[in-house]
Amino acid sequence: MIGIIVVGVAAGVLAGLLGVGGGVLFVPGLVLFVGLDQHAAEATSLLAIVPVAIVGTYRQDRYGNVRRADALTLGLLSVAGAAGGVALANSLSGALLRDAFAGLMIVIAAQLVHRTLRDREPQAGAPAAGEEAPPDGPPG
Amino acid sequence: MQEAAERTRARTLRLMAIGTLAGLFSGLFGVGGGSVIVPLLVLWLAYDERAATATSLAAIVFIAGFAAAVQGAYGNVHVLDAVLIGVPAVGGVLIGTWLQQRLQTRSIALLFAAVLVASAVELVIR
Repeated sequence: MIGIIVVGVAAGVLAGLLGVGGGVLFVPGLVLFVGLDQHAAEATSLLAIVPVAIVGTYRQDRYGNVRRADALTLGLLSVAGAAGGVALANSLSGALLRDAFAGLMIVIAAQLVHRTLRDREPQAGAPAAGEEAPPDGPPG
Repeated sequence: MQEAAERTRARTLRLMAIGTLAGLFSGLFGVGGGSVIVPLLVLWLAYDERAATATSLAAIVFIAGFAAAVQGAYGNVHVLDAVLIGVPAVGGVLIGTWLQQRLQTRSIALLFAAVLVASAVELVIR
């Protein structure tokens, strides 16, 4: 029980620090440290994301960064896709789903490296990253 | 007048396409879908990165909520585990965003990318 709480805090710190979403950390954490199978880990990760996204949204909304009408439209119109995605996940074997997820982790690692190296050379005259600006939340 | 209505319609269609793609991605992988939503909001609706990230986060409340509910119907959700990992993560995110303003995150990001790749390998070979 202590293990899962530590995984949660660590995943949250990294999500906030690096701007990556909770899910890409929750799923491997639940598989490798809690021993859930791939389907259960993905399903459990989805529920765990909800409180993280609610608090993140609240903070970003106070800075006026959330375009509420678009967020609501986008969120509500995702329901068919979400149901389809879950049905697809449940039609795949655990092994295939796990390998696909591992591929996703590699892609996100590559995105992170790309973004980090791109931000290395700030343009002349541009303010330094983070200065005078509200923090970015994790994209989810 | 008619032009404005058409623009609204085109915009709603784009939001619907993004929502559907993000929902599929989220449901399939158990993630929020931010890595799909953020670039598409920038590309299709001319969002800046900050507004895209924030708006994506708000949409994810619904997307992950819907997907979790459907997974619940399949009997896959471990509710207690979700609470034990999700609630501490909220505290973690607050610490992380606070640290982000005070630390050079570049080497941490590169180190973490390496950890992601190593975990991916571990997932596949175990």
